[in-house]
Amino acid sequence: MEKFVKLTTTAIPLPIENIDTDQIIPARFLKATNKIGFGDNLFRDWRYDKDNNPKEDFVLNNTTYTGSILVAGDNFGCGSSREHAAWALTDYGFKVIVSSYFADIFKGNALNNGLLPIQVTPEFLHLILDAVQAKPETQVTVDLEKQTISFNEASESFEIDAYKKMCMMNGYDDIDFLISKKEQIEAFEAEKA
Amino acid sequence: MKKTLFDKVWDSHVVDTVPNGPQILYIDKHLIHEVTSPQAFNELEQRNIPLFRPDQVVATADHNVPTENQHLPIADALSKNQVEQLTKNCEKHGVTLYGLGHKYQGIVHVMAPELGITQPGMTMVCGDSHTSTHGAFGTIAFGIGTSQVAQVFASQCLLLQKPKSLRVNVNGKLAKGVLPKDVILYIISKIGTNAGTGYFCEYAGNVFEEMSMEGRMTVCNMSIEMGARGGMIAPDETTFEYVKGKEFAPKGEEFDKKVAYWKTLPTDEGAVFDKEYSFDAEDIAPMVTYGTNPGMGIKVSGHIPADIKDASFEKSLQYMGFEKGESLLDKAVNYVFIGSCTNSRIEDFRIVADYIKGKQKAENVNALIVPGSQQVAKQIREEGLTEVFEAAGFKIRQPGCSACLGMNEDKVPAGEYCVSTSNRNFEGRQGPGARTILASPLMAAATAVNGKITDITKQLN
Repeated sequence: MEKFVKLTTTAIPLPIENIDTDQIIPARFLKATNKIGFGDNLFRDWRYDKDNNPKEDFVLNNTTYTGSILVAGDNFGCGSSREHAAWALTDYGFKVIVSSYFADIFKGNALNNGLLPIQVTPEFLHLILDAVQAKPETQVTVDLEKQTISFNEASESFEIDAYKKMCMMNGYDDIDFLISKKEQIEAFEAEKA
Repeated sequence: MKKTLFDKVWDSHVVDTVPNGPQILYIDKHLIHEVTSPQAFNELEQRNIPLFRPDQVVATADHNVPTENQHLPIADALSKNQVEQLTKNCEKHGVTLYGLGHKYQGIVHVMAPELGITQPGMTMVCGDSHTSTHGAFGTIAFGIGTSQVAQVFASQCLLLQKPKSLRVNVNGKLAKGVLPKDVILYIISKIGTNAGTGYFCEYAGNVFEEMSMEGRMTVCNMSIEMGARGGMIAPDETTFEYVKGKEFAPKGEEFDKKVAYWKTLPTDEGAVFDKEYSFDAEDIAPMVTYGTNPGMGIKVSGHIPADIKDASFEKSLQYMGFEKGESLLDKAVNYVFIGSCTNSRIEDFRIVADYIKGKQKAENVNALIVPGSQQVAKQIREEGLTEVFEAAGFKIRQPGCSACLGMNEDKVPAGEYCVSTSNRNFEGRQGPGARTILASPLMAAATAVNGKITDITKQLN
């Protein structure tokens, strides 16, 4: 997993609430057996019409907006547990998702892929959306060590589990940790049997 | 300390707690399917990690399988490859697979309970958010991502923060024609799609106590649609009776010992929940959804809210082709789908058959019946329901997830309405541009017969 420490970039606004993982990557694109190339179909049915032409009114097709931070409406990532949603977002180039609320499974999947979900207050979400929409060149800085997100004069701190923060900053994943606990797991099994 | 059902099951599965961090939770049963497992198997192989406990993993092919001619090679090359990959991976790693053609194949959340793989007091996971279904047995069951599938493969454990506790109480008497699906759609319409985020839910009250296991599974299945990772119902005589005698259930003395333990699991009187909601059964009516998330539900006799001013709400209505303040009664509907891990068990099909017996589907309607498993399909045949469905003009398919998520050919065309017994009415869920209206099997059957959305209570009284 790629390390994440600090990032300064422009951001892409997507102020829609309850964006479910079927929108992020529709089920018909889940037939691959590897993790490659899902970014091509990220937000497929919002991004392209039925003849596969880009829809001009969708933000990813608007060259004014660039950057590796996606700022989305409340309850991002609800619905299906498909990790393909996290793979599609990272494959497209996103490193951070900002929302006022994340669905549990998506949040875990994002963290397991080095994609940082930052939960901000509804007020801050409003501010950042307004700022980015008014001035697409607005630079947003995410500092994982300090747990802050800031732009212009505004700044807010965010929460992250200490263990997950350590994983993100070092590029570790849970598998190594769990395997290191094998003896304890076997002892637990023996006791239960 | 007074403990909840959830606390009791969770605490007995904690291997260790990371200081200031998550807990290591032991997983008893791991269910897998073709769509969310291949990358996890790849991960193991790339890192040269063996599958730790293959005997605790059970696989089936469901999401991406055709529901016609399952004996023939799968026509779609990508789907074929994915299903074949599952077979290869299971063979290589010694995992039991109920693949296409096997008498136990079916939707993972229909197959495991009916085989007795699901038992009270267990921890269960699957790379599918509707794993919450198994909570109907008093099981901690929840959906996981593919990275977590790999973690369970490697260690039979997951690293998790213990969720907060939520209880939803429903007491009273349900009116005729109000089914478990209506109960859960009603709850979600009242508390919203993220009320349960960060929580594990327990459903309590006489309404759930009086439900069959099939009904309880329908309720727990949709816990994720209110954001909860899982939902549970305390195990009782109904549960024990259902589990008893199932293929992989404990037998004889072992079963009695288990039952004695299962009886200790219900929430202690006086245990405190972090959040609690209570509803009266009398307030619940047959439900339909009008929008693009499962919280956007109304009584079939009701109206779409007229006073919400919100861009996401308006985008949703625009997608559905509905107006604020509108009633859905008498809306023409051309597609009806009866299936999915929410409502594809034998009880669901008995309800449908009972209603449509002697009736005909409306000419405009394309009505699809998709059994949840080979075992359910067999029951349908043995109980003579096949003839009822065929005589009424319904099409019966082979088991799979089918039009619930439109991964295979079973899709609803763009712009068409589909009254569906599935769990999600997201944009494009049943096919690009498809407009899903979630409802109970009875409401779906009535829609198919009438060719339009009907208030079933008017016909029953």
